[in-house]
Amino acid sequence: MTTPMIEFRNVHKSFGANQVLRGINLTVNKGESMVIIGGSGTGKSVLIKTVLGLLNVDKGEILVDGKDAAKGDRDAFLARFGMLFQGGALFDSMPVWQNVAFRLMRGSLKRPKEEARAIAIEKMRRVGLKERVADLFPAELSGGMQKRVGLARAIAAEPEIIFFDEPTTGLDPIMAGVINELIREIVVEMGATAMTITHDMSSVRAIADQVAMIHEGVIQWTGPINRLDTSGDPYLDQFINARPVGPIEAVR
Amino acid sequence: MSPLSIVEPRLAPIGRSTLAFLAAIGRIAIYAALTISHIFRPPFYGRELAQQILTIGYFSLPVVGLTAVFTGAALALQIYEGGARFNAESVVPSIVAIGMVRELGPVLGGLMVAGRVASSVAAELGTMKVTEQIDALVTLSTNPMKYLTVPRVLAATLAMPILVAVGDSIGIFGGYLVGTSRLGLNSGAYIKNTVDFLEFWDISSGLVKASVFGFIVALMGCYHGMNSGRGAQGVGRATTNAVVSASVMILTVNYLLTELFFSS
Repeated sequence: MTTPMIEFRNVHKSFGANQVLRGINLTVNKGESMVIIGGSGTGKSVLIKTVLGLLNVDKGEILVDGKDAAKGDRDAFLARFGMLFQGGALFDSMPVWQNVAFRLMRGSLKRPKEEARAIAIEKMRRVGLKERVADLFPAELSGGMQKRVGLARAIAAEPEIIFFDEPTTGLDPIMAGVINELIREIVVEMGATAMTITHDMSSVRAIADQVAMIHEGVIQWTGPINRLDTSGDPYLDQFINARPVGPIEAVR
Repeated sequence: MSPLSIVEPRLAPIGRSTLAFLAAIGRIAIYAALTISHIFRPPFYGRELAQQILTIGYFSLPVVGLTAVFTGAALALQIYEGGARFNAESVVPSIVAIGMVRELGPVLGGLMVAGRVASSVAAELGTMKVTEQIDALVTLSTNPMKYLTVPRVLAATLAMPILVAVGDSIGIFGGYLVGTSRLGLNSGAYIKNTVDFLEFWDISSGLVKASVFGFIVALMGCYHGMNSGRGAQGVGRATTNAVVSASVMILTVNYLLTELFFSS
């Protein structure tokens, strides 16, 4: 049996009295695209942030490639990841190409400026951005273009694991479709392991190999995408069919 | 009703505020110690440091210069007026010079830079935090303390003495202008008095103060920005806290340094 790429074991996380994660157990295998769904405020983003060490878990452990994510060389660990943030999180003090090439201009992956720029432009092309965008600043771009730049930055250093935090939030349906398609293509092409957080069901169907639903701090259901509609889980059924009535309270 | 039940509700808020205040001092002390330790450990971000020296130092010159020239000018008028009561108008040049370089140059320069720099640093880093840019830095294998805090704190610590030295000169020049044009003091005598009475320690103590104030200003801006609350209100509060805490700390530390340098 192969070692899972990411494994959550009984992960707990609270913010004051608010218990967000109450014992998450989840396995993401190598090269698999796992999509995490769940209502707003159920801890989906918290889950991703605990893997990266942006938040520390209160209890439980997270293993990446069989090793404890909280231990070992932090730089080498983070070099394996790419992340697309919900709002893009582009650095507005620097032009687009420097955002994309950020990792290639500093630290262990540093390379000459011209080479870093060339890689940035190639990655921008990959996500459908023209070279003329390279010298613009993030504030000059539309929401969809900012997402693409964020995507190019996430893949610039060819990571093994990519996280996508609500990749289609705030985009029109056509642009959302384009981003979903890009994510799917890139993940397949790079052979990367992906974890995506979303409430957008079109994203789920376009991106996922596996789906996991978080509810009340635990994994309510997990399984392959082709079993999503036939799971028989009332919580999952209510969520994916957007029914206001069901076991999940609409007013939280 | 026991006396304790009457007193306790009144004392509890004071106790809570005291504990919160002490906890904040502890957090700032730890943040300062971490910042200093990161200054000496690689990686070093030279480009960011140069950029911050330009932003914090060079672009603060107009505000420090204007503050200094009017302070020096007002100081000359006040000392002349006060000195006239004891027929001691001739002390104007030396007192203006000593007052500017020892006290008013660094303190007023520090306060003006606190208003300009602590606020902008706190707002910039606070916005970066709210928009997840600081989280993004971490995921890109970059330590925000090294990349954001260290260049700003180091730049302010290095640039403030230069800024204050320029401000001191402009302030003394302001006093000279008023002294020679309004008060009828002799130009040559004014310059000679200034140079003769000013000692090296007067100047260097002011520059040491300036450096410490620069450290405080940038540290407060970074600390409050990095710990900003959510949303526009959180960033606004971080900005206000940065300016207020930097200003109060400058005045407090100024007194302590003056005691240390000049109390016999």
